[in-house]
Amino acid sequence: MNSVVTVRLQREDFDAAKEAAALTRGHAEVGAVVTFTGICRGTESGAPIAALTLEHYAGMAEAEITRHVEEATSRWPLAGVTVIHRYGRIAPGENIVLVVTTSSHREAAFAAAEFLMDYLKTRAPFWKQVEVAGAKSWVAAKDADDAAAERWRKPGREAAE
Amino acid sequence: MKLCYFAWVRERIGKAEEEIAPPGNVTTIAELVRWLASRGDEYAYAFENPKVIRAAIDRSHVKSDATIQGAREIAFFPPMTGG
Repeated sequence: MNSVVTVRLQREDFDAAKEAAALTRGHAEVGAVVTFTGICRGTESGAPIAALTLEHYAGMAEAEITRHVEEATSRWPLAGVTVIHRYGRIAPGENIVLVVTTSSHREAAFAAAEFLMDYLKTRAPFWKQVEVAGAKSWVAAKDADDAAAERWRKPGREAAE
Repeated sequence: MKLCYFAWVRERIGKAEEEIAPPGNVTTIAELVRWLASRGDEYAYAFENPKVIRAAIDRSHVKSDATIQGAREIAFFPPMTGG
C-alpha cells in the first residue's frame, strides 16, 4: 500500500483534528484513524512545573523519525501517517507531539501509532528540560520507555545502540 | 571531523560543536570518548560515565564499537527523552 506520509518538526503548535481530517477526508479506503497527542503535564513528580524546553538534533531528527515511519508502513497496511514533533519552550497544557495513523481497519492503525510513539520516546533525538520554580533540569530517560520500545523489536534485528 | 553535543553533554562541555582531529590510534566511538575525556575537566565531566552516552555518526545511531573512520559528523548526547 502506498502511504501518505508527513513528518514535521516545528516550534509552532499543531491542530490534531485538522491533521486527522487531512488523512481521512476523500480517502475512501480509510476505515480507521488513530490520533495520539502528547501534552505537557502541569506537574512533574507532584511538583508544579513552569514549562518544558525541548532540544533536538535538527539534522538527524527528521531523518530518524522518517526511518521509523517507513518501518511502520512496511509492517502494517497504513493509508497514511503524520508525525509532528514540537521543539522549543512548551507550557503546561500545550501539545508536544502528534501521531496520526490511518488504515482500512483498526488493528494496524492502533499498533502503528503505539509503535511510533514508543520509538519517538527512545530513539528520536530530542531531550526534555523541565523548569520547576526557576530551576532547570534535564529529564532522565525512563527504563519503562526502553522496555516499551523493545517489545517491537523483530527477532534477529539489532538496535544500533 | 565535526563533533556535536546535545543536552547536558553540551552544557558540561560548554559548546554545541567543534572541529577536531583525533590521533590516528583513535578509531572507534569508545576510543574517541576516552580521548575526549582526557582533554580537560569539562570533557572529563561530560564523559564521566561513558555507558550513558549515546552517539550518532553522520546522523545515524551507532554503538560504542563503531568505527569513526570516514565520519564527517559525530554527535554525543544523553539517552533521548522525546515524545
